Amino acid sequence: MLRTSLLALTLATAPAYADEIWVSNEKDDTISVIDIETLEVVRTIEVGERPRGITFSKDYSVLYVCASDSDTVQVIDPDTGKILHELPSGEDPEQFVLHPDDRHLYIANEDDAITTVVDTESRTVVAQIDVGIEPEGMAVSPDGKIAITTSETTNMAHWIDTEKQELFANTLVDSRPRHAEFIKDGSELWVSAEIGGTISIFDVATQTERAKIDFEVEGVHPDRVQPVGFEMTAGDTHALVALGPSNHVAVVNAETYEVEDYILVGRRVWHMDFNADRSLAFTTNGVSGDVTVIDVTKREAIKSIKVGRFPWGAAFRPTN
Amino acid sequence: MRHVLTISLLGFWASMSTDHEVPVAWLKFEQELPPTFSNHYPVPEDLGLAGALTALKDNETTGKFLGQNWSLGEHTAFLGDDAIEIARAALAAAPFLIVDAPAETVLAIADLPEAADALIFNSGAADIILRGEACRANVLHTLPSLSMRTDALAQMFQKKRWSDLVMIAGGHPQDQAYASAMEASLAKFGLALKARKEWRFDADMRRNAAQEVPLFTQDFGEYDALIIADELHDFGRYVLYNTWEPRPVAGSEGLQAEAWGAVVEQWGAAQLQSRFEEAHTRDMRSADYAAWAALRAIGEAVTRTKAADVPTVRAHLLGDDFELAGFKGRPLTFRTWNGQLRQPIPLMHPRALVANAPLEGFLHQRTELDTLGSDEPETACTAFN
Repeated sequence: MLRTSLLALTLATAPAYADEIWVSNEKDDTISVIDIETLEVVRTIEVGERPRGITFSKDYSVLYVCASDSDTVQVIDPDTGKILHELPSGEDPEQFVLHPDDRHLYIANEDDAITTVVDTESRTVVAQIDVGIEPEGMAVSPDGKIAITTSETTNMAHWIDTEKQELFANTLVDSRPRHAEFIKDGSELWVSAEIGGTISIFDVATQTERAKIDFEVEGVHPDRVQPVGFEMTAGDTHALVALGPSNHVAVVNAETYEVEDYILVGRRVWHMDFNADRSLAFTTNGVSGDVTVIDVTKREAIKSIKVGRFPWGAAFRPTN
Repeated sequence: MRHVLTISLLGFWASMSTDHEVPVAWLKFEQELPPTFSNHYPVPEDLGLAGALTALKDNETTGKFLGQNWSLGEHTAFLGDDAIEIARAALAAAPFLIVDAPAETVLAIADLPEAADALIFNSGAADIILRGEACRANVLHTLPSLSMRTDALAQMFQKKRWSDLVMIAGGHPQDQAYASAMEASLAKFGLALKARKEWRFDADMRRNAAQEVPLFTQDFGEYDALIIADELHDFGRYVLYNTWEPRPVAGSEGLQAEAWGAVVEQWGAAQLQSRFEEAHTRDMRSADYAAWAALRAIGEAVTRTKAADVPTVRAHLLGDDFELAGFKGRPLTFRTWNGQLRQPIPLMHPRALVANAPLEGFLHQRTELDTLGSDEPETACTAFN
């Protein structure tokens, strides 16, 4: 009650809140909320065990968190930080993606070689699909027709027909695929391979490989250059690619597939998200336990923000 | 509509697959082990095999998308059995063999006429000679050699500047082999033993370690770390915390350098550990890891080459395109000069990972992984030329 009135008071005096970046701390069972204006942690929210994947509903009214070791997806009110309820998720949910219908979550169950589809409204499991060993990367095409699961030990991208909830293709990629994204209006699928050290680019219409991107960081052995999470800059012109234990983020030209730059960030950089206009990127650095803020235009790191232990995922939340 | 989709699905899989049958044989040769002071920690009966079974499941899951049919035949030679007859039966059933046996048995199998066209994975013998002058072109090694393990510890000593080193070595051939490997590793990294003592007690250490070990270690004088060569885990465990000088213990006990251990959880390893524990209700050990890596390596080669014959698989494993995601932080590959699987070596105590060798600062022109074990210029192996 007090909090509500305080909020109302602040609202009255300060017309605009700063937007936020929400970061899941895998080994602290918390979420750190970063104020994008001040670049400081303004809230720490307790969640279930081993939080990894995090994403907001399309209207940002709720946050979904994969609490992997609690074997559930938690639904959180971002204003109060309270857990509203939990969704059945299958065992060990690691990473997920929200379907464009804003209703179905596609969840990778890492320990079970299964992709679980959950209806967030009825709070029921709609389908479970057998995929390869250690599913991780999840993506849904912009038209919602295709979902992707990548499996880390099977080394495949599994293509799911979301109408039938069945696989319709399986394409090999390099070792330990970690992350997948549809880009350019869903015409291309990008899949990162951590141990392979590459990103494979697929033509979505034919599910065939169109190109492969290699990375080379000066002074770092190729074995340690391990692409994991990646996100596209405004207009899908470039990709920022987290390169894990090489402690760098690559800037890839999405037209030529050439790597244009490498930016030094924190240790074991994992995932990232942007602010509203994508001028700033926020990377989670697992080993150093911080978030690096990157000026996307200048392609340089401008600040490190200490968060919890082993930050994993990041999600942007506008507050205006 | 559903029918149409099913047919197109089948069509798709058919176009990707050529339906490979991939028979693999697991061969375990029981070894007579001398008794140890403690009989509380028996060696699991399914040591090694459990790792192969975990890999089989991994391969089967991948294989079902690619039309691969995996099978693992289990062949065990108990004491008194004719090991060679059992090996012949395995070779008749499968071209890929994963063998957990003493070095001389591995060689006897590799030299059988029936094995000429087979590919054998040594997952149980750490002997340096198998990677050196006694290497065979049809034998690859997924278990790290003794020297890879002792090199890892030598790097640690060097990094920590523990340069005054002493050793206690047991009397079994395995202990002596470990002690020799350790002395060679120390020399390789610019270190040397200050003193070495042989373990000569035959009393029951569970009762009197507290009285005997301080006296036994007193005449070492000042030193930085004590190395234990006790590969059968007989006396070493009673040395810790009983030494005259309060110093760290490393080697077969204390700080250990092994292929694998229950405390390895980084680099996604927690997933492999939990898969393994769920299936076999125990911790995954080095021999399990080596068997797992062998069968996964075959799986990776069959998947990438879309072939299941020995020449294609062997060429791929030793070629530039092979890499195994082995949950050790970087891709694993085979050394082309002796067939040894390159791999980081975790340095562990029973409760946590301490470091992961190669340690930072130990450089190599090809890959830092080749600072561990026998390198190309010094190899005595000629079978791979």
